[in-house]
Amino acid sequence: MPVKTGSDLSERVRKGDIAAAARAMSVVVDERPEADELSKAFFPYSGRTQKIGLCGPPGAGKSSLAGRLIGFFRKQGLKVGMLAVDPSSPISGGAFLGDRLRIQEHATDSGVFIRSLASRGMIGGVSHTIFGAIHVLEAAGFDKIIVETVGTGQDEVEIGRVADSVVSVTTPQLGDEIQAMKAGVMEIGDFFVVNKADIPGADKAISDLKGALALGRGHAPKPWEPPVLGASAASGEGVAELGRALERHWNFLRQSGEGKRRLREQHREELSLYISRRAYRDAMRRVSDKNLDDLLEHRIDPASLGARILRA
Amino acid sequence: MVAGALEETRRPYRILIAKPGLDGHDRGAKVIVRALRDAGFEVIYTGIRQTPEMIAQTAMQEDVDAIGLSLLSGAHMTLFPQVTQLLKARGLERVLVFGGGIIPDEDVAKLKKKGVDRVFGPGTPLSTIVDYLNASIGSKAATSKPKKATRSKAR
Ligand code: B12
Ligand SMILES: Nc1nc2c(ncn2[C@@H]2O[C@H](COP(=O)(O)OP(=O)(O)OP(=O)(O)O)[C@@H](O)[C@H]2O)c(=O)[nH]1
Ligand SMILES: [Mg+2]
Repeated sequence: MPVKTGSDLSERVRKGDIAAAARAMSVVVDERPEADELSKAFFPYSGRTQKIGLCGPPGAGKSSLAGRLIGFFRKQGLKVGMLAVDPSSPISGGAFLGDRLRIQEHATDSGVFIRSLASRGMIGGVSHTIFGAIHVLEAAGFDKIIVETVGTGQDEVEIGRVADSVVSVTTPQLGDEIQAMKAGVMEIGDFFVVNKADIPGADKAISDLKGALALGRGHAPKPWEPPVLGASAASGEGVAELGRALERHWNFLRQSGEGKRRLREQHREELSLYISRRAYRDAMRRVSDKNLDDLLEHRIDPASLGARILRA
Repeated sequence: MVAGALEETRRPYRILIAKPGLDGHDRGAKVIVRALRDAGFEVIYTGIRQTPEMIAQTAMQEDVDAIGLSLLSGAHMTLFPQVTQLLKARGLERVLVFGGGIIPDEDVAKLKKKGVDRVFGPGTPLSTIVDYLNASIGSKAATSKPKKATRSKAR
């Protein structure tokens, strides 16, 4: 690929060159040296595009639903960028990135860009470099951004600090999962979608969910009440309703100041990820074999050594 | 100073495993996907019934290091070269292309001329494929001098 300097690359990304966006994405997620330069070039364009997060248990239909949503946005002439995160094996470091398998209908549409990402050790449903990857899509001029999380159904709260609008996906088969969801994901969902409404039990799942949400709700009406929607990624039923609800939420975020508040939280999270990664890596590079020998011989304790290395 | 405690590992290589055409035999492809994942690769699998266009477009978006094509139906002489042709058109000739499935020996040399770097048939030890990828990906990226890519814009 004829990509030399970071600025050449960032200019091509700005022009909507997909090959350049794909390469920039690699620079960012691999944390290559030019990544900082790209961050500088892309950040001015950030924060204007709605970032939609899709979370929920494995197999709930997040990818299939994303495929439908992309279709919905494409009908409106909007370009869609998507990041699909799957887990890395903690043992081999490898990953099976399979979300794309469900979104084949847009494979040759030049207005759709899908990138599969491995979590690479990050807990919480996304990857450490997710913000950088989002900034590439923002700079490349996509009108909507979709982020699909790893899909644990629990502890996936990180998406709430990454996306503007969080869609929590479940299915009629996962009645017990709904109980489990109460803890984390229940609190961050801006929408609750009972997918696979084409199989029996959807109505009950919807009313269970509504009940669970009502339990956690105070008396004062909230400025945004998370809707509970039935949908079927298989038939397409309910997808337009979800699409319109997402549009309403985006308007709400922009008009209420809640969008700004969330963006601020996102920036804090991005900074926190950057600092923790960078400080850790830099500090660990200063660890010598002699340091380890000193620990082995009890010439120093880990806390004193650690503090000294961090100050160095 | 020795980085004693931080093992600087190289980035995981990214591989697309794809089945072009109408061939439904997907066991072999799935075996390969699993083996590569367990060997530390990030593997994208797009399922059966892929057109060469879909494969090339996916390879570009995913910025993969290599594409593994799997075919047991006998259509490899048509479909594999179509894929390499489309990669070239996108300026992606640095991407390693390899293949497997039921492919007669006499076709392997012809495929090589058309840009398919290596073919692995039934019975190949999985470790042979893993070793080949680890050895080849770095060197291919370092030696190939690509022409200017036909740029594709988001519309
Ligand atoms: C199982 C099988 C089926 C199953 C497939 C199930 C499935 N989902 O995969 C079923 C019953 C559905 C089936 C159907 C048909 N089959 Co069939 N099938 C086989 C059989 C017996 C074994 C294939 C297999 O799964 N092997 C096990 C896997 C693990 O091995 P593999 O695929 O070869 O993969 C290994 C290597 O080739 C290599 N590899 C494979 N892909 C890749 C990719 C990369 C990147 C790399 C590095 C390596 C690699 O690594 C793998 C692991 O070692 C073969 C005969 C044979 N011995 O190969 C016939 C065979 C492939 N089938 C054949 C035919 C004709 C058909 C049918 C058209 C009808 C029929 N006559 O039965 C249909 C077509 C279906 C379709 N839609 O395409 C023929 C193909 C003839 C040809 N090429 O000219 C074969 C060769 C049988 C024969 N001798 O006639 N089949
Ligand atoms: N019946 C029915 N099946 C569906 C529907 N949506 C998805 N599926 C099926 O459910 C399975 C999982 O779908 P995916 O879209 O891969 O689900 P996911 O949540 O992305 O899964 P992970 O990413 O692995 O967590 C597939 O077999 C889909 O075909 C639906 O609306 N109805
Ligand atoms: Mg998925």
